[in-house]
Amino acid sequence: MRFTLIVEIAKALMIARIKQTMVAAVGVTFSITMFIALLGFMNGLNDLLDGLILNRTPHIRFYNDIKPNEDQPINLSREFKDYHNIIRSIKPSVSRVSIYNNEAIIRTLQEDARVLGVAPKIAVQVFFNVGNVDIPGVLNGVEVEEENRLFAFSDYVVAGDFMDLRYTSNSIILGKGAADRMMAEIGDYVQVTTAQGNRLLLKVVGYYQSGLGELDNLQSYVSLNTAQKMLGEASSYITDIQVKLHDFNLSPKLAEEYRSTFGIDADDIQTVNAQFETGSDIRSLISYAVGITLLVVSGFGIYNILNMMIYEKMDTIAILKAIGFSGADVRNIFISIALSIGFFGGLLGLVFGFLACLGIERIPFETEALPTIKTFPVNFNPKYYMIGGIFSLVTTYFAGFFPSLKASRIDPVEIIRGK
Amino acid sequence: MAGNKVIEARKINKFFYSPAKTQVLKKVTFSVSKGEFVSVMGKSGCGKSTLLYVLSTMDTDYEGELYLDDHLVTGRSSDYLSRLRNEKIGFVFQFHYLIHEFSVLENVMIPGLKLNKKPREELEHIAVEKLKIFDMYDHALKKANQLSGGQKQRVSIARALMNDPLIIMSDEPTGNLDKKNSDLVFGIFRELVQEFDQTMLMVTHDLELASKTDRTIEMEDGMIISHR
Ligand SMILES: Nc1ncnc2c1ncn2[C@@H]1O[C@H](COP(=O)(O)OP(=O)(O)OP(=O)(O)O)[C@@H](O)[C@H]1O
Ligand SMILES: [Mg+2]
Repeated sequence: MRFTLIVEIAKALMIARIKQTMVAAVGVTFSITMFIALLGFMNGLNDLLDGLILNRTPHIRFYNDIKPNEDQPINLSREFKDYHNIIRSIKPSVSRVSIYNNEAIIRTLQEDARVLGVAPKIAVQVFFNVGNVDIPGVLNGVEVEEENRLFAFSDYVVAGDFMDLRYTSNSIILGKGAADRMMAEIGDYVQVTTAQGNRLLLKVVGYYQSGLGELDNLQSYVSLNTAQKMLGEASSYITDIQVKLHDFNLSPKLAEEYRSTFGIDADDIQTVNAQFETGSDIRSLISYAVGITLLVVSGFGIYNILNMMIYEKMDTIAILKAIGFSGADVRNIFISIALSIGFFGGLLGLVFGFLACLGIERIPFETEALPTIKTFPVNFNPKYYMIGGIFSLVTTYFAGFFPSLKASRIDPVEIIRGK
Repeated sequence: MAGNKVIEARKINKFFYSPAKTQVLKKVTFSVSKGEFVSVMGKSGCGKSTLLYVLSTMDTDYEGELYLDDHLVTGRSSDYLSRLRNEKIGFVFQFHYLIHEFSVLENVMIPGLKLNKKPREELEHIAVEKLKIFDMYDHALKKANQLSGGQKQRVSIARALMNDPLIIMSDEPTGNLDKKNSDLVFGIFRELVQEFDQTMLMVTHDLELASKTDRTIEMEDGMIISHR
């Protein structure tokens, strides 16, 4: 009852100054709308750009690096044991690029609860023989279903059916750039030569377009079996193990952990792609900064209007205090005014922000580089709506704080005597 | 008429510091008993209003002691004083201070709503009764700023009565009214004292009105010079 009385008085004061109140609320609405639209759009873009690289990059990649042997002969010599040996012009040793005992490694990884999935891969350096020109390329031998499950392979196969790679023997999905260069149509055969000199005819069953031109000129996909066949290796031959985790923030830790257990090289996504995170963070930061700036500006609007209201309603405040309202009651009245402006203005802002996001999402946005994208990307994460709502209440509270403190300190005697 | 003291002031001194230190109330000591109708008279500027603000607990910057209903109120917290004003003191100003955003009925109800001891329906009923005493029931649903001066003053007296206060203090309640309205308001005061045993303290310039009260306190230059 006591609370409803305060709200009732606040309401009456607002209605008496309905125009100014509306202006203040519209300020909040506008800034929250902008805040939501900006964050939704920026984060939609972030997701898109992240997805371009990060979604298709394994969180951890295990492989054997080609590098010189750690144990050079001189280090084994007893005579020079205590010397500081400088060796020039070391060449890498003929080490295996295939991962030894990979079945056991894969099994161990799959049993780890933190791991979402494991996909083996073989990278093969080849030349495409077109007439008398050789075009260099990299064939990725993949396990088609796992590749699709973990890295959304099918999203980037722009022509043909990606499953043909598995069901048609000696088939290839060509990078769009490479296909254009070779003028290879779906159903055509292309001849490839591996670095070891093995030749094979592969049937084109589709095009692959990642959106990154560099990649599309170079990378093509074959099945794991085809790759093994080309290299003349057994079915246990694998050069890469790609791992996707449930939480990709764990990747550096897991990479470190397994690097030492398995004794092979491991790259994690965070170390390799640190710059993408930074880009996303900066974009989010900008949108928060703009949103908060707008809110602060509208906060000043509320501050002004409350100050004016208090100035005009000195008499009312004096009467209220004379008939027994305490300073805290008077303060609560004006805080309620500020908060209701914030609440209703903010609520409308969230609705308009949502509508604006729906609008942005319908604007066509087609580009060669991004085959899966037809309209502008927007992120509808409820988190931004929560933040927007909380921000609007917090800023209006602070905007109302000082004027209401002033109102609560009004001395009724001074006002009554002043008449 | 004499009963227990409703309000008692003991050696109240009051100073103003701007522009220079001046003593406006000098050792003011007096009391009002239950059911008494007391008027305060004196020349303009002798400190009547200042005294009334001290007695109303709105002004706490004074020396001396103030008792309300035999309880010391000097030095109590401002929240306590607010509650006290709400419950035990009715105040009527020279200028009818009503809240223009509310209807006449709501204005009368506000002290009751603030006190928050009775349900809204009951308060509404009480407010209607108070308005009927002053013949203002017909205007109950008007906005406060749609009334004439005399009507506003009657409404503010009704509001002062809302919580059945121990004492009603008024500062020249008729000062702004013509003879007819002034007589009407004073008539109501008399009636309240006689019929409801209401304690009343009224500052006035009007000798004729003062002579019709139970007792007149005369002030001069911040001091009480006679009780009559
Ligand atoms: N805020 C103030 N600062 C300084 N002096 C003040 C202040 N308020 C009142 N005074 C002085 O205190 C004295 C008493 O004022 P007060 O209002 O109590 O007189 P009053 O008896 O009510 O007069 P009136 O009959 O004209 O209403 C006056 O001399 C006045 O100038
Ligand atoms: Mg006066």
